[in-house]
Amino acid sequence: MTNLDLARLQFATTSIYHFLFVPVTIGLAFLVALLETTWHRRRDEDYLRLTRFFGTLLVINIAVGVVTGLVQEFQFGMNWSTYSRFVGDVFGAPLAIEGLAAFFLESTFLGLWLFGWGRLSDRMHLATIWLVAAGAALSAAFIMAANSWMQHPVGYQLNGGRAELTSIWAVLTNPVFIWGYLHVLLASLVTGAVIMLAVSAWHLRRNSQVEAFHRTAVISLIVLLPSILFAMMVGSRLGVIETTYQPMKVGAMEAQWDTCQPCSFSVFQIGGGKNDETPTKIIAIPHLLSLLADDSWDGKVVGMNELNQQYQQRYGPGNYVPNVFVQYWSMRVMAYLAVFVFLFAAWGVWLVRRGTLARSKWFLLVAPWFVIVPFLMNTAGWMLTENGRQPWIVQGLQLTKDAVSPSVSVTMIAISLSVFAVLYGALAVLDWTLMIRYGRKQIDPVPELDEEGGLSEAAAMTY
Amino acid sequence: MGLQIFWYIAVALLWTGFFVLEGFDFGVGALQRVIGKDDDERRVVINTIGPVWDGNEVWLIVAGAGIFAAFPPWYATMFSAMYLAMLLLLVALILRGVAFEFRGKRQSLRWRNGWGLAQTLSSLAAPFLIGVALADLLHGLPIDASQEFTGSFWDLLPPYAIFAGLTFVSLCLLHGATFVSLKTTGDVHDRAHRIARQQTIAAGVAVLVFGIWTQVTIRHGAFPDFLSTAAVLAIFAAGWLLGERREGWAFTLTAFAMAATVLTIFIDLYPRVMVSTTDPSYSLTVTNASSSPYALKVMTVVAVIFLPIVLVYQAWSYHVFRKRIGTAEPEPATH
Repeated sequence: MTNLDLARLQFATTSIYHFLFVPVTIGLAFLVALLETTWHRRRDEDYLRLTRFFGTLLVINIAVGVVTGLVQEFQFGMNWSTYSRFVGDVFGAPLAIEGLAAFFLESTFLGLWLFGWGRLSDRMHLATIWLVAAGAALSAAFIMAANSWMQHPVGYQLNGGRAELTSIWAVLTNPVFIWGYLHVLLASLVTGAVIMLAVSAWHLRRNSQVEAFHRTAVISLIVLLPSILFAMMVGSRLGVIETTYQPMKVGAMEAQWDTCQPCSFSVFQIGGGKNDETPTKIIAIPHLLSLLADDSWDGKVVGMNELNQQYQQRYGPGNYVPNVFVQYWSMRVMAYLAVFVFLFAAWGVWLVRRGTLARSKWFLLVAPWFVIVPFLMNTAGWMLTENGRQPWIVQGLQLTKDAVSPSVSVTMIAISLSVFAVLYGALAVLDWTLMIRYGRKQIDPVPELDEEGGLSEAAAMTY
Repeated sequence: MGLQIFWYIAVALLWTGFFVLEGFDFGVGALQRVIGKDDDERRVVINTIGPVWDGNEVWLIVAGAGIFAAFPPWYATMFSAMYLAMLLLLVALILRGVAFEFRGKRQSLRWRNGWGLAQTLSSLAAPFLIGVALADLLHGLPIDASQEFTGSFWDLLPPYAIFAGLTFVSLCLLHGATFVSLKTTGDVHDRAHRIARQQTIAAGVAVLVFGIWTQVTIRHGAFPDFLSTAAVLAIFAAGWLLGERREGWAFTLTAFAMAATVLTIFIDLYPRVMVSTTDPSYSLTVTNASSSPYALKVMTVVAVIFLPIVLVYQAWSYHVFRKRIGTAEPEPATH
């Protein structure tokens, strides 16, 4: 393996790993804020207990999310110094703004939320969890703005061998960013809601605190159904936008080597590995690819062979086709699982409407296991986005192979990759066991309230 | 030129803010097993920084991102040159971050002691490594004409940089012990107070030697500059104030000493940002490593709007948790 392969492997694995935690934080922070708001409005103590119960799960997850985020921030300079030099003028700004505007907010108010029970007024305490949720959501916005610039660079000019920012406004209104960010936010709500639903279902099935956990089951389903529906709609809009700016990404998604019009969508294929151009496509749905890629019944999708020729004329000799097999399947894993989540959510909502959710044996049996699905879906989504951009690190501007740190050797990356593998593996086990342990706990009794119905300082969630 | 200097100052202040705030967190983390004799006391020690450590650590992230945005070549050269040191730093920060959250999540003493030990070691390693890194900028590294690092891991460890790392560790221990004595009552307080007073001597001597060594390194003679001299005086004054039980003032002075020591490096570094030992003309400077005027302007607007807001709410969070804590307070039911 070359240092390029290892650096890519390290970035891919650490990013995928980091993004297991990010959507949980964003989604669960919002849901916990929702629970605390309900407590604030109704003064029903169950909601207070549930806020603290799911807040603990949120905090366990945030711990790993934050520390793995540090790695992401340092890694651009460590492994991709040529990239950093080339794009820092544009790419550094959203990262710095993320820290200043979002990350400070999230972490400072998380401390206030955890330790501020009984010390802050109820209203103020409620504000802190909303600020945590806002900080988490906002921090994803700037990261997505930076990533979207790599997918579709805007608001820059090339000068002296580097990209220089000419319009921050263009970077922040990049259509890839706006739709991509909405997509990520909705996927995060889906992830948070599925976790809350899974935990609630586990308890309901064991007749444990049925009244309280029925409430969170219902809340999570109410959030889940529209979130997954909108996530799919926004995602399909994003696909159309990508057809305009990254046609190769979309061509590879369908293993479409030759230009087609109208274009059909294959449900699955046999073969297609190593960019084999003749996979056997099974069950072709006419016109569906035209609709997905071009938003029209007879839309045209330019094939990869034609695109590759265009790119060779524009950028010089080379192969501009990404790994088609990964692209084809990551799209399908993401989309099929999304449909699966939608059906599952619809089932749950139907049970709620019938009033039989708490007694439904099958749903409660499936729901805890269902927790794995959004993680697979999110990961597939990122593989689709990032693999589809290859061989570019910044679409049309810099190739991934030209972006690595020249001073970092294969041995050094091998060391860091092994260290991260061991450390991240251990963290995954710890995080998972703690999440399960705390997810299965009884919810704590209400901390003692004073005469005015307020919490005492003993309610602080200290270390 | 104006904005380049502004951003150099901003980066210097972000690193200063980081060391002043996270500096006592490191000290508290490192000393928790010395100040706290049993699990309950250690919990109290950790909870003195519990609500604020995460917000303090963001200063590091913003300092790093600030370099990336305002001086991309500085970020690219520094982080790739210090690859293995950065890896060690990341490992330390990862262990430390999860140690906070995970430690109290199980009753088992082995579990808690394990995380406590992880926290002690990582809280020592992190300021040491960052101190070495900042000193390396000033001492210089083998950097070629295309701003690429050409040395090996051992080039990152000249004696001056190692001593600087130890100086920062020593300052963090003093700053942390002073903070605990300011924030606690009872036995925990008394032990922290005693350690803080003892530590003033080690930290004072360390900063003095560091100040002299810095001037020797940049060939400005053998006398410490104004700032590090002021830092040394502040440390000894802090020792005296601790004796007088004026812990708030003592903490103010240890914060000042920390800030002055960090700023010493950045003042002597200017206008360079990374010195090249290969050829001084290869050094990265405020001018040859900066972002474009427009990017700096955007970043300036953002910083001018958000940094004051951040300072206000972080200050407010310190105000909310201003009360001293002790072992008498019941352990919360969540754990």
